[in-house]
Amino acid sequence: MTAATVSSELAANGRNIRPGRVITWTLLLIGGLIMVTPLLYMFSTSLKTAGQVYDLRLIPAAPTLDNYIRVVSDGRFLRWFLNSTFVALAVTVSNVFFDSLVGYTLAKFEFRGRYFVFLAILSTLMIPTEMLVIPWYLMSSQLGWIDSYWGIMFPGMMTAFGTFLMKQFFEGVPNDFLEAARVDGLNEFTIWWKIAMPMVTPAISALAIFTFLGNWTAFFWPLIVTTSRELYTLPVGLSSFAVEQSIQWEMIMTGAALATIPTLLVFLLLQRYIVRGVMLAGLKG
Amino acid sequence: MSSVTGTGPAVEARLWDRFTIRQKRVMWAWAFLAVPIVFYVGIRFYPTFQAFWLSFTNWDLLRPAQFIGIANYQRMFADPQFWQVFRNTFAYLIIGAPVSLVISFVVAYYLDRVRFMHGFIRALYFLPFLTTAAAMAWVWRWFYQPVPIGMINGLLANFGLPSQPFLRSTEQALPAIMVTAIWAGLGFQIIIFIAGLRAIPSTFYEAARIDGLGDWAILRKITLPLLKPTTVFLVVFSSIGFLRIFDQVYNMTTNDPGGPLNSTKPLVLMIYQTAFSSYQMGYAAAQTVVLFTILLVVSLMQLWVLREQK
Repeated sequence: MTAATVSSELAANGRNIRPGRVITWTLLLIGGLIMVTPLLYMFSTSLKTAGQVYDLRLIPAAPTLDNYIRVVSDGRFLRWFLNSTFVALAVTVSNVFFDSLVGYTLAKFEFRGRYFVFLAILSTLMIPTEMLVIPWYLMSSQLGWIDSYWGIMFPGMMTAFGTFLMKQFFEGVPNDFLEAARVDGLNEFTIWWKIAMPMVTPAISALAIFTFLGNWTAFFWPLIVTTSRELYTLPVGLSSFAVEQSIQWEMIMTGAALATIPTLLVFLLLQRYIVRGVMLAGLKG
Repeated sequence: MSSVTGTGPAVEARLWDRFTIRQKRVMWAWAFLAVPIVFYVGIRFYPTFQAFWLSFTNWDLLRPAQFIGIANYQRMFADPQFWQVFRNTFAYLIIGAPVSLVISFVVAYYLDRVRFMHGFIRALYFLPFLTTAAAMAWVWRWFYQPVPIGMINGLLANFGLPSQPFLRSTEQALPAIMVTAIWAGLGFQIIIFIAGLRAIPSTFYEAARIDGLGDWAILRKITLPLLKPTTVFLVVFSSIGFLRIFDQVYNMTTNDPGGPLNSTKPLVLMIYQTAFSSYQMGYAAAQTVVLFTILLVVSLMQLWVLREQK
């Protein structure tokens, strides 16, 4: 929403600002503030000393970064943070590559078996992760993937959801462009990568955002496949850290804040793309 | 890839040139699909069949799996803990999904009409969706503590109301955890509802206004029917989410996972404990088959509802 549209809307509505609208607006704002209250209190408490935790005021009397220094200097959080970042990035790159490639192939190539492959991939949406973790665990222990980055990442390297999303978007790419490239003598891989991919960037960013967020916050499988602290992802590490702190809430809140800050920063930077991406994925998916 | 593209020896290049353009494209397609097919077969389909197979065995990580027929299923259906967990799982679904959908629709419906500070208010609702469930579970857990630590009990005390046990009570713990899950999912549902509302062509509304319909009639006769695909998608999406709830429950009840007295334990947590705390892999696999069946029924109901509409 740009300033120009806000002011034009205001001008348009200026004559009929009704009390009902003001009340609606106020209620929506209050609801929104309630929604962020847990986040505000998390940050507030992370800035308090152990003695101030009982003081339930939102603004700390004497804010201090001591908790952050203690948690970060411990070193484990940094490690978990790097683990999560690496895992989420690698899985995102893999999904953007393979889901697009498969989606493109299913949308733009004609060959026998195409519909079967599409249905087979789509049918995996029906299989819940929880059903696969036991066989995955068996597979990982036989192949030595327990407690490794690959072990955390391998189940999510491609997704049916991403493939479906990309197929929908590639179907909207006009064939003329691809034919023109073919006449120019480009090979099929180059046509996909250089011609088709740049035409679906909104879908790619939606897919990338979803995959990254999903893997950054993933808990169930990383909890199962990692056993050593060095390999924990941030959510799993935070959970073990919080249990270990027992009732030191200011430390737990600091850990929770450290796990939350990165995604909030990314959101503030990319708000427009994220909201649009969620809308795109929701409507097409 | 080089042997296919013909950048290799001249012989191969000639062989490649012998194919028609159409044949070449088919080969390209299968070359593109080769790695994904291996992935989907090895990491999705084979493990699915393996899970079904394991559910008929007594595999426990130590000894090789032995076929024991439907013994795991008999044991599960005779286990009172399973039925407790089954009830809990549906409690999350039956309360959580409708409550979160109604709230998110109401917010989306009004937020869509708001222009002043629209982006800011939308961001307030959306932010919780971006948080890590494992992290926020601990924040909510702290909120639910008794006085003097817990914020909610502090608030109740300010109004002179008696303090509540929340997570320590077998009756209140499940709703308390559900609030956390609803809170975390609301932002996503609101955004999707807004997208759905905006996809309704404005000509419908203009026609309705000309016909003299009021706000309420427009909502009932135009908005809700045209929003049906979005609503059905969200019903299924949030139902599946509540049926698979785990992160919040695990983190809010670490002293006694699924407690107190199993009153908050959902199916996924039971699966986790059976498989990875007591290593009864065969029995856990049977529980995952039950989860799979429940989710399948929910998804098929979505297809059925959407077909009705056409």
